[in-house]
Amino acid sequence: MSGEKQGGGAAESLATWDVARVRADFPVLGQTVNGKPLVYLDNAASSQVPQVVIDRGSRYLREEHSNIHRGVHYLSQRATTAYEGAREKVRRFINARESRECIFVRGCTEGINLVMHGYGRKFVSEGDEIIVSAMEHHANIVPWQMLCEERGARLRVIPMNDAGELLLDEYDALLNERTKLVCVMHVSNALGTINPVKEIVARAHKQGVPVLVDGAQGAPHLPIDVQDLDADFYIISGHKMFAPTGSGVVYGKAELLERMNPFLGGGDMIRTVTFEKTTYAGLPNKFEAGTPAIASQIGLGAAIDYLNGLDRAAAHAYEHDLLAYATEKLSEIEGVRIIGTAREKVGALSFIIKDVHPHDVGTILDQEGIAIRAGHHCAQPLMKRFDVPATARASFSFYNTKEEIDTLASAVQKVIEVFS
Amino acid sequence: MSELSELYQQVILDHNKKPRNFKKLETANRHADGLNPLCGDQLTVYMQLEDERIADVSFEGSGCAISKASASMMTQSVKGKTREEVETLFSEFHRMVTGELDEEATPNNLGRLTIFAGVREFPARVKCASLSWHTLHAALSGEDTTTTENLGPDITSDQVSA
Repeated sequence: MSGEKQGGGAAESLATWDVARVRADFPVLGQTVNGKPLVYLDNAASSQVPQVVIDRGSRYLREEHSNIHRGVHYLSQRATTAYEGAREKVRRFINARESRECIFVRGCTEGINLVMHGYGRKFVSEGDEIIVSAMEHHANIVPWQMLCEERGARLRVIPMNDAGELLLDEYDALLNERTKLVCVMHVSNALGTINPVKEIVARAHKQGVPVLVDGAQGAPHLPIDVQDLDADFYIISGHKMFAPTGSGVVYGKAELLERMNPFLGGGDMIRTVTFEKTTYAGLPNKFEAGTPAIASQIGLGAAIDYLNGLDRAAAHAYEHDLLAYATEKLSEIEGVRIIGTAREKVGALSFIIKDVHPHDVGTILDQEGIAIRAGHHCAQPLMKRFDVPATARASFSFYNTKEEIDTLASAVQKVIEVFS
Repeated sequence: MSELSELYQQVILDHNKKPRNFKKLETANRHADGLNPLCGDQLTVYMQLEDERIADVSFEGSGCAISKASASMMTQSVKGKTREEVETLFSEFHRMVTGELDEEATPNNLGRLTIFAGVREFPARVKCASLSWHTLHAALSGEDTTTTENLGPDITSDQVSA
């Protein structure tokens, strides 16, 4: 098919994306559910794991398992090498300056809480303000609310329009000398909106305010360059980017991480301990108390290798095309309303069906072998903003197909028939 | 689709569309709010309790078809019953939807409520069917709120063996 390579840009990428070959990398996709081929459209909740990642994790457990950073023995050194190797892979993946700026955590929730405790509790005091956005996941609301309650600080919210796009003029108006931190998601899990985080960071930095970017939905879909974004913190969940649960990363600028308090206290995060005083280890160990999820983090490294082996520009173009196709197919169905119509979107398509509760949609789709998420997507303030109790959400990855979207559309028709 | 049509029977769809006793009860002397924080379903059960008998009962709230229909049919079933009768019914209903009670083999008072037996094939939906009952129970006990997280898992016997 070399003739197709003459085309330019996205068209070329689409032509060269071999979805059947990619699907074969993910063993879970081959099964049937309720007698129907599995149609997995819940990638924003958790993505599936390719065989190479499964193999890497089980090789670790079979041949290399031991505790890291402790032993002088052979296995401990192998485990440590693999674990630290994964950290270096993360560094390259997000283009951090140094691998010590990449702290391993169990996922985004733990990562954001780490920054809340380490940065927030050290630098936020009474009368200060923290800015979040109206579309945040509870993981990027609740820790900051807890901090504000504890410190007598104030949570400010960047509003959005009816399409689900943040209002940057309103954001400018919120930034002031009391602002201590801005916390926004890169991509909305509930709406699919891609936020202009580079611009958000630039505007905060003009006022000397650091920015935390929740990258849970960004990292699986978009190229991440933390230096280009100039984000002060960028948080990643491994299980949303083809790695096992229990893996994740807090990227933080070294100078900030150095000034922060530790998060959890315990082994591995110390330099010296006496009953009078403890001094803390340097980065990244200062933030990694206790034995981590070694196999999972090594799995994250393997997932990054897997992604690097793909044509990511082609994957992105393909996902873009899938989302556009799904939006078109569902919009054609009478009674379906799409929630979230931002110009820049990736990954997720939220919708509601007139007079049918999303949980009933989810159950009926499940009978057709289709996995979607129904609920508030850990974003209750967002649901309130759109005046819906919940939505049904189909979320896509580069291994999904247009045929699967056709299956989704006809199952949605079936829902409407059941409830008509 | 047989399990599905078992779940979404016409009677359930009808109660979802036109829930009975769906209003605030002005004569209520008891009420309780029920919340399922996992899915966001929330409802309020109002009750007029006289001499340990439910003289009148109603509900308000939002939720899926299963939770709405269950609440609607519950209000019809418990109206006029004594506290003791209601507690028995609650226990039977709960055991039926979690798969502990075979409503066909064991004598019971469930009557039309056996229409919810199909829910046990859908473990994720058991709490949808039982939320209104837990809320009714809270109102009877003089509590003003209940959430499904305080109830322990509504685990079906299938799930335990799995």
